Amino acid sequence: MTLVTWLTAPFAFDFMQRALIVAVLVGAICAILSCFLVLKGWSLMGDAVSHAVLPGLVIAQVLNLPLMLGAFAAGLGCALATGYLKRNSRVKEDAVLGIVFSGMFGLGLVLFAKVGSDQHLLHILFGNMLGVRWDDVIGTAAVVVPVGALVLLKRKDLLLVCFDPAHARAIGLPVALYEVGLLALLALTIVASLKAVGVILVIAMLIAPGAIGFMLSKRFDAMLAIAACAAIASSVIGTILSFHLDGATGPMIVVVQSVLFAGAVVFAQWKRRRLQAA
Amino acid sequence: MSPDGWLTLLLEPFSYGYMSKAIWVSALVGAVCGFLSCYLILKGWALMGDALAHSVVPGVALAYMLALPYALGAFTSGILAALAISLVRRITLLREDAVIGLVFTSMFAAGLLIVSINPTSVNVQSIVLGNVLAISDEDVVQVIIIAAVSLLILGLRWKDLMLTFFDESQARIVGLNPQRLRILFFVLLSACTVAALQTVGAVLVIAMVVTPGATAYLLTDRFSRMIWLAMVIGAATSAVGAYLSFFVDGATGGLIVVLQTLVFLGAFVFAPKHGRLAARRASRVTSGAPA
Amino acid sequence: MTASPSAGWLAFGRPAPVAHPAATIDVAGITVTYANGVMAIKDASFALGSSTICALVGVNGSGKSTLFKTLMGFLTPATGSVTISGLAVADALKRGIVAYVPQSEDVDWNFPVLVEDVVMMGRYGHMNALRLASAADGLAVDQALERVGMAGFRKRQIGELSGGQKKRVFLARALAQGGSVILLDEPFTGVDVKTEAAIIELLHSLRREGCLIFVSTHNLGSIPAFCDHVILFNRTVIAAGPTQATFTEANLARAFGGVLRHVRLGGADLHDDADGRSITVLTDDERPLVLYGEQDRETMVPPGKTEQGA
Repeated sequence: MTLVTWLTAPFAFDFMQRALIVAVLVGAICAILSCFLVLKGWSLMGDAVSHAVLPGLVIAQVLNLPLMLGAFAAGLGCALATGYLKRNSRVKEDAVLGIVFSGMFGLGLVLFAKVGSDQHLLHILFGNMLGVRWDDVIGTAAVVVPVGALVLLKRKDLLLVCFDPAHARAIGLPVALYEVGLLALLALTIVASLKAVGVILVIAMLIAPGAIGFMLSKRFDAMLAIAACAAIASSVIGTILSFHLDGATGPMIVVVQSVLFAGAVVFAQWKRRRLQAA
Repeated sequence: MSPDGWLTLLLEPFSYGYMSKAIWVSALVGAVCGFLSCYLILKGWALMGDALAHSVVPGVALAYMLALPYALGAFTSGILAALAISLVRRITLLREDAVIGLVFTSMFAAGLLIVSINPTSVNVQSIVLGNVLAISDEDVVQVIIIAAVSLLILGLRWKDLMLTFFDESQARIVGLNPQRLRILFFVLLSACTVAALQTVGAVLVIAMVVTPGATAYLLTDRFSRMIWLAMVIGAATSAVGAYLSFFVDGATGGLIVVLQTLVFLGAFVFAPKHGRLAARRASRVTSGAPA
Repeated sequence: MTASPSAGWLAFGRPAPVAHPAATIDVAGITVTYANGVMAIKDASFALGSSTICALVGVNGSGKSTLFKTLMGFLTPATGSVTISGLAVADALKRGIVAYVPQSEDVDWNFPVLVEDVVMMGRYGHMNALRLASAADGLAVDQALERVGMAGFRKRQIGELSGGQKKRVFLARALAQGGSVILLDEPFTGVDVKTEAAIIELLHSLRREGCLIFVSTHNLGSIPAFCDHVILFNRTVIAAGPTQATFTEANLARAFGGVLRHVRLGGADLHDDADGRSITVLTDDERPLVLYGEQDRETMVPPGKTEQGA
C-alpha cells in the first residue's frame, strides 16, 4: 500500500468523510477558544461546562424541547452559579467549580437513570463520530462557523479582557458582558461538539491546542494560527489513524494532540538550550 | 400504605447482602475522601482530584489486559500523572490549570483508546461511572486496606500536613520535610482515588475529594473540627446515597454527589458564621438598621 | 532551661531542650543559583553575633528573600557555607534555633486556624511525632501570646485580625518556638505606627536576652531607630557593619543604584541668605513631599530642582 492510498483509503467510506468534516470543524473552533481559556486561567471551565450539560440534555428530552437548548442552559447555568458561589463564600474558585459541575453531572446521572433515554449514555460521554449523519454535520457547522467568526472578529477585545480586565474596564469595555459572552460561546461550542467527540473529550480539545500555540509563539495572532493548525492536523491524522488501527476516533485525535504538545515542549526546550548556549 | 408497609419498604435494602455491603463500603470511602478534601480545597488543588481520577483509566485498562490487580494499575498511572504534571509545570510557563487539564485529558483519552482497540473484559461504564452495588469481594478487601492505611497515616500525620499546607517555611523550620510530606499526600490521594473510583466512578471522584471539605470549611474555623465534619459529611452522604440508589435503579455515584452538593448548598445558606444568611444579618447590623 | 544529657535520648522523637550556644550567623562566600540558571547571590559573606538587631536592606529583586531562603535551608548554596550558631543549617533547624516571621502576603489568611493554633505551630519541633501538646507547650503558647499582648484574641480565626495584630501573632509563634536566631521578613508593611513601636520594643527586649534578630526591610526610615547593624545587599554584600558607620549616603547610593530617590535641600533652595547646611531625604518608595518654612506658611520644595538620581 502506498502512502497516498493509506491516507485516502478511509475516505472511500461516507461515514469517514462525515467524521473527518466534523472533526476538523470541532477541532478548529475548540482551538480558537482554547487560546483564550489557556490565557485566562479558565482551562477547566471547559471541563466543568461540558460535564454540567448532562442534566440539561435529560430535562430537555423529558420536556420535548430541543436538546441543544437544555444543554446550553445547563452549561451556562453552571458557569454563572460558580461565579455566584465564589463571590459569596470563602471557598476557592477551583473548589466551587468542582462542586457545581460534579453536582450537576451527578444530578444528570440520577435523572438519566430515572427517566431512561433513547440516547446511549456512553455516546453522550464519549461521542460517536462514526455515527454522525449529514444533518449533524450541517448542525455543527451552523454553530461553529458563526461562533468562530464572532470570536475572531472580537479577538482583540477578548484578549484584553483576558489579559487585563481592569484596563479593559477602564477603556469602557463591558467586561462582565464579554466574560459571560465567552462562556456562552463556550457552552454553544461544547453542545455542538457533543455528538461528535462527546462530553469528556471536548475538554481535551479545549486545552491542548491553546497550550501548543502558547509554547511555540510569543504573539497572540500567531498563537491562534498555530493552535488552529495543530488542532486541524490532529483531527485529520487522528481520524486516519483510528481507521487503520480500528480504535475510537475521538480518543485517537486527543492522543495525537498530546503527542504534538509533547513535541512542542521538546522543541521549546531545545530552542531555549540553544539560546542559552549562544 | 400502612405504616408497617412503609417500614418494610424502607428496610428492604438491608435485606440484600449487596446493599448493606455497598452502604458501608461507600461510607468508608466517603470518610477517607472527606479527610483528604480538607487539604485539597485549602491549597487550590481541587482539580488535582479530578485529574488523578481520570488519569487512572489507562492503568486500569492495561491492568485488565495483563491480568494484573486493578488497584496496582490504577495507582501506578495516578502517580505517573502527578509526576507528569509536575514535570510539565517545571519546564513550561503554562498555567497550572492548563497543565493539569492537558495531562489528565491525554491520559484519559489514551485509556479509552486502549479499551477501544483491545476490548477486553473491562467495562468502561463501571470505571467512569462506578458500580458499588456490584463490587466484588476482592475489591472490597482492596478498599478496606486502602482506607485503613490512609486513615492510619492521616491520623498520625495530619498536623504535619496541616503545617506544610499552611506555612511551608515554618514546616521546614520545625524540622519537617515539606517535599516528602507533599509526596506522601499525593500517594494517599492516588490511593483514595482508586477506592473512590469503585463507588462513584472516575467522573465524580472530584466531588468526593472536594465537596465535604468545602462544606466543613463553611461551618468552622478550626482545622481539627473541619476534618471531623468533612469525614462525617462524606460518610453520611455516601451511605445515604448508596441506600437511596436501591430505589433509583443504580446511579449510586450520582445520588451520593447530589446529596453532597445539597449539603454544601445548605451550609452555603445557613452556616452560622460564613453562610449567606449570617452575612446578610451582619450587613444589616453594620448598615445601622432602625432599632 | 538546661537539659540533663541522660534524659535527652530517652524522650523518643522529642529533641531535648538545648541551652542554645551563642546565637550567630556566619555566611562565607555563598553563591546561589536557581534551577533556570539565574544567579541570585554571588559570593556573599558576612557574620553576625548575638544580642544584635541587623537590618537587611536592598531593592526588590536584590536577592534578599533568596538569602532568607538560604538561611532557612530551602536553597543550598552552590559554593560557600552557611553556619548558624556554629551548626550547619539543617542541624540548626533541627534544634529549633531558627525562628521565622513570614511576610503577610505569604500567608493564607482564610486558612481555618485560630490564633492559638498558629502559635502552637512554633512548638511542633519540641513535640513528639504525633504533635501532641504537653503542658509545657501550652505554657509557652500562653506566655508568648501574653508577651505580644494578644492573649485576648486566642480563639479568633487569624483572618479576623488587623494587620498589626496578625504580625504580633506570628511574632508570638517565633517566641513560643524559643529560637535564638529570629528572621523577620518585612515586619512593618501594613502595620500601624503604634504596633510598629510595640514590635520594636519587643525586639529590643529580645536583644537584651541575647537573640540575634535579622530583619529584611525596605523601610529605610525606621532602621536607625532600632537596628544596631546593617547589611546593604544587592546580589552580594555591598556594605556591612554597625548602623552608624554603614548606613551612609554613599553606601546607600551604591546599594540602590539609580533606584533610590534622593532629595537634597540646600540653603539656596530654601532661603535667600547663604547657609552651608542642607537636609537630605532618601527614599526608595515614593516621591517624598517636602515642606519647609515656618509653620502654616510652608512652601513646597520643587522636586525638579533638588532631586537627583543617587
